[in-house]
Amino acid sequence: MRVSEPKKGTTLRFKTESCREIIILRFLSLGLELRTTMEGWDPTTKSTLTQIPLLTVKAGPRDGAAWTQRLKEEYKALIAYTSMNKSRDNDWFRISAANPEGTRWTGKCWYVHNLLKYEFDLQFDIPVTYPATAPELELPQLDGKTHKMYRGGKICLTVHFKPLWAKNSPRFGIAHALCLGLAPWLAAEIPILVDSGMIKHKDDAVSTSEA
Amino acid sequence: MEVELKRMLTDLQNLKTSLSDPSHQASIDQIRLCVENLTSLAMAGPTRRTKVKDMSAEVVDSNPYSRLMALQRMGIVDNYERIREFSVAIVGIGGVGSVAAEMLTRCGIGRLLLYDYDTVELANMNRLFFRPEQVGMTKTDAAVQTLSEINPDVVLESFTLNITTVQGFETFIASLKNKSFRQEKEGTGVDLVLSCVDNYEARMVVNQACNELNQTWMESGVSEDAVSGHIQLLIPGETACFACAPPLVVASGVDERTLKRDGVCAASLPTTMGVVAGLLVQNTLKFLLKFGNVSPYLGYNALKDFFPTMAMKPNPQCSNGACLERQKEYMLIKPARDAAAKAKMEEELSTIEIPIHADNEWNISVVDDCDANIVNTQSSDALPEGLVHELPNADVYEQQQPTTEESIENVDDLEDLKRKLEALNAH
Repeated sequence: MRVSEPKKGTTLRFKTESCREIIILRFLSLGLELRTTMEGWDPTTKSTLTQIPLLTVKAGPRDGAAWTQRLKEEYKALIAYTSMNKSRDNDWFRISAANPEGTRWTGKCWYVHNLLKYEFDLQFDIPVTYPATAPELELPQLDGKTHKMYRGGKICLTVHFKPLWAKNSPRFGIAHALCLGLAPWLAAEIPILVDSGMIKHKDDAVSTSEA
Repeated sequence: MEVELKRMLTDLQNLKTSLSDPSHQASIDQIRLCVENLTSLAMAGPTRRTKVKDMSAEVVDSNPYSRLMALQRMGIVDNYERIREFSVAIVGIGGVGSVAAEMLTRCGIGRLLLYDYDTVELANMNRLFFRPEQVGMTKTDAAVQTLSEINPDVVLESFTLNITTVQGFETFIASLKNKSFRQEKEGTGVDLVLSCVDNYEARMVVNQACNELNQTWMESGVSEDAVSGHIQLLIPGETACFACAPPLVVASGVDERTLKRDGVCAASLPTTMGVVAGLLVQNTLKFLLKFGNVSPYLGYNALKDFFPTMAMKPNPQCSNGACLERQKEYMLIKPARDAAAKAKMEEELSTIEIPIHADNEWNISVVDDCDANIVNTQSSDALPEGLVHELPNADVYEQQQPTTEESIENVDDLEDLKRKLEALNAH
């Protein structure tokens, strides 16, 4: 089974009853690959993951100067990841700190399905126990629309991402959470949500309201 | 009902004025008196008992504590009334936390601190405690409403906040430190913290707070498949903290990846929740009132009715800094602890009147049963049957020395980096 980032025009290649199972398979293997040689992966994902700089400072929002150092590393990783996505024509999110302390982040993410772009608000807080625990990524507009989500629009990361984060703490940062947590979630969930009619493309929504 | 009674009174008044015959006046006045009585009854609502000053052991129907005080007469508890001095903080007022709060309230606990940020939903009705008419209320408000009716003697403080955010955490810490309830108490303002949350992140936050405050706490959890659960006692420095090893969960034999958070993904049963809440509060009562053995870890596998137990020592390489500090402190007071244990043992020995055998030619000694049990206190690598780790251990990695290239990168100013990302975000 191949793993790929959400990409323009990508169609869902894995069709089983439970999307969670797919994600388990995909990312359990990733957990192993990360430690070893990452064999059996498509070259794009391999190079994406290896090119996001790993972080070194183990500090959370209550750690003062050390948190500022960590924040710099977070920015460097995000800059590297965003630049890489742009250069590969695979730009899929915008994120920036919503407060000076860098503990709250807001932005957008989008996914292309059947050549249509679906865009969502993205937000999360940096928890006090960061980076021992991962940020809980929220897509508030999808709250209540899918079973793979908790109250408040927090996406379900437990199975495919949390073990990976625990294993790689504190080297993973926000960029890794987006790449390995949010991207596969969008790839698995958005096609289902679109096909089942739970979410509509904004052009369709406008035309129906006009009609 | 009040509206109808009021209308009835007006009608009666109208009837009285319209009637010219004064012979009916008396009976109308009588009816009016009846209606007024009914009105005052309706206004009063259900009767609420008044606060009691002292816990009485008197066995009468009207004494809410008679059966609890009987524990003393039966010799189970030395001094039950001490329970009124204790403060317990319950984090997470869900399926386990709300039931634990009700149990402690009925036991007459001194003070409860309740933390949750969620609201009551109809989807919660398969569990205990909350009622359908409370849908839409915050869980903390709804809990205070019910608990204060059950036992007005309990001091209730509620906090509607998310403890994992920086701001919520500060309020959480400050509320635990607050000693207004019992100023002479040593340490924090609470005797025990009960974690009844439904996710790993919040457990790590409770762990962080309790390690920093040197606060003993108990953790509880029910698996996502609703057929297993556990409770765990955590004494900072003395037992493993929640970050010392990946969290332990009871193997249900169905799916090892349990202990998930609440929400649409999760299944739940009132039975499992009730059992775990019962185990948690039982351990709490034993801890506070000093009776029986306080379990360090107790698992519950509902499918096999299997209850694994174990104890865990702290990890000297724990990733939590506050845990390492508490471990150091605990090691420092070891001589004092040993002396106290020895004194206690000698005291017990002195109560034995005379040795049964004056001489001991063969140096025969009796080994304490406790020593044999210590085998159960094992490193986190070897788990007893039926227990598994929920998450993998963090990989060991070498802290890289900053290379010259990196230190040049470090010159980067935070504001420069922000601008750089914003520039990328702009187009």
